[in-house]
This record gives sequence, structure tokens and C-alpha cells, in this order.
Amino acid sequence: MTTPHSNNTATIPPGNTRAAPQGNSVAVRCRNLTKTYGSGDAAVRALRGVDLDVQRGEMLMLVGPSGCGKTTLISVVAGVLDRDEGECAVLGQDLASLNSSQKAAFRAKNVGFVFQSFNLIPTLSIAENVAVPLLINRVPRKEAIARGAEILAKVGLGDRTKSLPTKLSGGQQQRVAIARALVHSPKLLVCDEPTSALDHKTGQKVMELLRGIAMGGDLSLIVVTHDQRIFEFADRIAEMDDGRIERVTTGQGHAIAAAAL
Amino acid sequence: MYRLAIKMLMGDRLKYFGLLAGMSFAAMMIAQQASIFVGLISQTGTFIRGLPYVDLWVMDEQVRFSEDQQPLPDTALPRVRGIEGVEWASPMFKGWLPARLPDGTRLNAIVVGIDDATLIGGPLAMHEGTLEDLRRDDAILIHYKEAGTKLKLEKAGGRTLRIGDRISLNDHDAFVAATFDSDPSFFWDPVIYTTYSRAVQFSPPQRNLMHYVLVKLKPGADLEEVRAHIERATPYKALTQDEFIALTRDFIAEKTGILINFGIAIGLGFFVGMLVTGQTFFNFTLDNLRYFAAIKAMGASSWMLIRMVMLQVLVAATLSLGIGLGIAALMGQQLKETDLAFLMPWQVPALTAASLLFISLLAGGLSLIKVLRLEPGVVFKG
Repeated sequence: MTTPHSNNTATIPPGNTRAAPQGNSVAVRCRNLTKTYGSGDAAVRALRGVDLDVQRGEMLMLVGPSGCGKTTLISVVAGVLDRDEGECAVLGQDLASLNSSQKAAFRAKNVGFVFQSFNLIPTLSIAENVAVPLLINRVPRKEAIARGAEILAKVGLGDRTKSLPTKLSGGQQQRVAIARALVHSPKLLVCDEPTSALDHKTGQKVMELLRGIAMGGDLSLIVVTHDQRIFEFADRIAEMDDGRIERVTTGQGHAIAAAAL
Repeated sequence: MYRLAIKMLMGDRLKYFGLLAGMSFAAMMIAQQASIFVGLISQTGTFIRGLPYVDLWVMDEQVRFSEDQQPLPDTALPRVRGIEGVEWASPMFKGWLPARLPDGTRLNAIVVGIDDATLIGGPLAMHEGTLEDLRRDDAILIHYKEAGTKLKLEKAGGRTLRIGDRISLNDHDAFVAATFDSDPSFFWDPVIYTTYSRAVQFSPPQRNLMHYVLVKLKPGADLEEVRAHIERATPYKALTQDEFIALTRDFIAEKTGILINFGIAIGLGFFVGMLVTGQTFFNFTLDNLRYFAAIKAMGASSWMLIRMVMLQVLVAATLSLGIGLGIAALMGQQLKETDLAFLMPWQVPALTAASLLFISLLAGGLSLIKVLRLEPGVVFKG
């Protein structure tokens, strides 16, 4: 949940607050985060003092208009972009204290990514694509491919492991991307517009898949989206505008998860 | 990750073959031009190399290359023969004489006059007839390939000059008694062998007409001692085969501009190859930039990315080197039956490999700058 902090503090509407769905431990804790691109007259203040907590096992959706700072925020949280000021601890680790190699190693071990445009390598089979995070973590190739095939089976693509990404539909490609993001059992999953390239029905299926994943363990998900039709899957929804989190509301995700259980 | 890097490289067949084609072309250009240069330079020593049993070539101290006409006085021969350690010494005439073919075609020929008694200095391999045929009246030997090329009777329907034909050498009648074989020569005029006395007879009257004294050492004689002795006792210089070849090679390389011309051609091959390879590989990397960014975001270290890109570069370079050298060698094989120069000693593939490696590492390095400077955050930008 967010913590009040100066004028930029997210507003939590009364009655909408609730405890984290999976225990009390915090996966992501950001305080007064700032990030400015460029300098002088060309400076763009992408983050203007963001406070954000994401609980373990929680699915948080970041929503807001284009250019409001969503992508910058998840880039900082995922450790692919350095903040200017403020604090950001991910899984208890202050990312600012790590050098670039250590940050890469941290990401390799703890963070999974689902990209808007999938970013599946077109010349590799989908099992090989899924195995990439394991290979980065120096898992032997055969084992990595086998584990990739296993998780592909879990997302319903067990019979397509040798297919190239270009032979799959958009929804199938996104399922491969999700499998790739999860194969190394990360603690934090960062999804950037996971349904924007998909039709509504496929988008719903992809979100059901993600929701199901978030339901079980202590994996935390941050989902950046414009797609209001998938808000129902969130435990909480953080609305951003002009580099600030303006509001955090509770979604239906926990209820969906509970109903599924 | 390295197998995946290779699959990334080879997965897109069109781009991959485009990359290989560009790099192979660069390798082929460098290897081919270098081989032609080496072949040409090697041909400058063909005549000297054709007499491997000669230990020392004694000549005027001002001789600069094998066709240089700086004759010695007749006394040179007995003086050299008298030096301790010399088993035998043989005179040689070598000079250009005007020739007229049976059909009236006029040209210049390099006439080599060899010792009448021993025929030392004659061609090693005969094609038709024997060296002994030189003992016949007015006899000359011609190269069997040149008989149909440089000595072709253009005005008689392009007929090959053959045994039994008579030609005129400086207005002296000569009779083609046999044909010989030898490696192609750098020099463009046909080579005609005859005896020393006949060559002198063919030649315009001149005080000195002996161009070389060929020396064979006695068994056990020290070459340096004999050479020093010759150079002390006479005003001439004595060179080994390798030294004489080097003298000729260096003179031709310097005076004809062949070194500069081929240097430019090889340099152009290198430069074009660098551009083609650099651009092709750079484009390949640009095409894959978003995937490298994704891999980087997923936690790949810079070192891992460097190794991936360099592996791709080295695999492409190795395959291209093989293809380029193969094509160059095939072209050389095709040229073997012609007089065109082509020689590919191990230094040529080594030079090509080093050049391609340099080009590839440069291209890979430029691509890497792009990859390493890549903000992994770009993967979130769609």
C-alpha cells in the first residue's frame, strides 16, 4: 500500500484500503522517487516524488495517461533505470547500492519481464525463448530447455515448444512471454501493457493466466496498462498523473482469486 | 547463451547469407589480390629458380635484376674457374635480340646462351625433343606454351611456331630444334635458348657478351668462403639463388610500381570489405537491438553480451574466411592453366584471416558500443 508523503502521496479512498493479500511483507518500497530526463529547458520530470508499496503476492496495476511516468516507475522498480532521488528497496534490496553488474544479477534472479511487444527472439524456438532467463542464470542448456518446455505446458503451449514465435498468434506469443518471465521463479513480475497488442478475449485470457499465477505464492506483479477492461484483475490500482501517484483503489483481483480458490 | 547467439545469427537466413556474402567478398578480394601479387612477384624469379643446382651467380656488380644487361669480360670465366672451391663455372649469355618469325612478325626475344660443351644452364624440363638437340646447326629451343602465344604466327592464321620452323634472330637464321617447359615468367618477351657461342654470334658485335658465370662449388666447400674469395679476386659480385631472386624481386617491386598498385588494390579490398562487413554486421546488430535490450533487461551482464556479439562476429568471420579463401583458391586453380600469376602461400590466408579478423572485430566493436550503451529500459517503450 502507499504511504502518505508530502503532496505527492497517493490518496487512498476510505474503505478501499485493505491488507496485502499475502502476508504483510513488502516486496517493493519506494519513497519520494524522482527521475528527470534531460536538463535545462528540455528537462522532463518523469517522476516527482513517488511513494509506492507493493506487497508480496499482490497484483498492482499502474494506470494513467501516456507520459504520466508509469514506464519510468516500473523501469526504476525493475532495476533497469536509475532514479535521481528518493529510496527504492526491491525485495529488501536498495537498488542504488548496487553497481550495474550487481543490478543485472539481481534482475536475472528476482525479476521477470513481460513486454508490450513480447520481444520474443524470432529465430529461436519458443522453448529456447523461454529458457533465456535460465541461461542467463547459467542453468545448463538442456535443463533450461526442459524447464522451458515444462512451463510452456503450464500456459497451454506444451505441444508447440519447437515452434518459432512468428508461427503463433498474438495471445500465444504473450503466453510464451509470460512463461519466459516466470521460468526462473522470480519474486517480482513487471508487465508492460501485456494486453495492448491483443484483442479483448485474448487479453482476458492472458490476465486470467497472470491472475492465476499471482494467486499462489509470494510473487508480486506490477502491471502497467491503459486497458480498463482488465482493471478487475488487480488487487490494487494505482492511478498516476504527471509523475505522481494520485490515487490507489482496490480492485477485484483478490475476490477473483478467492473465488477461484 | 552462446548457442542461442549462434541461432540468432543464423536464424534469419536472408540476413545471415547477406552477412556471409559481404564478408566472404571481402576475404575473397583480399586473398585474390594478394595471391596475384605474390604470384607476379614470384614469377620475377622464375628464370633463376629454374637452375637450382647453381650455387653462385657471378655478375657485374651493377646488375640490378635478372634481365639487366651488364656483361662481363671473357676473362671473368677463367678467373672464377681458378678460385679454390669452385668445381665448375659456366658462361651464360642473356639478352634481348630482335627476332622475326616465319610469317614476318617482328618482336624482341630474351635469348639465353648456355655453355656449348656441357649445356649447363639449359631448361630443366623438355616438352618435345631433348636438350641435346641444341647441338644441331643453328638450333634454338622455345617454350612450348609461348610457341602458341607470344611466338604465334599471327599473319599465318595464328599457327603455333613448331619444331622445324626457322626464325631470324638479329638477322641470323635459327632453327627450332625442340621445345621446353618452365614456369611462367614475369617478363613479357619469349625466351629462346641456344648455345653460348651461337648467342654471341647472333648478338651485335660487342666487346663483352657474357652476362653471368654460373658456379658450382666442390663438395664440402664453404659457400661464404668461396663467395668472399670471388669478390676479393674479381670486381664482380656473387649471389646465391635466393639473394639473386630477392635482388630481382625488390628491383621490380620498386621500379615498376607493382607494389604500390597491388598495395592499393589489396587496401581497397580491405577497405571495401571493412565497409561491407561493418555495415552488414552493424545492420544485423541494429535489427536485433531490441532483443539484446530484452536480454539485458532480463539480467544479462555486459560481459555476456560482449561475448555473444563477439561469438557471432567470429563465427561469421570464420565461415566467411573459408568461403572467401575457397573462392579465391578456385579462381587460382582456374588460372593455373594460363600464364596469369596466382600463388597462395600460407602467408596469404594468414594475412586474409588477420584482415578479416580485424575488420570483424571492428564491426563487432562498433555494434557492441550500440548494444552496451543500450538502456535496458527501452524494452518498455514498445
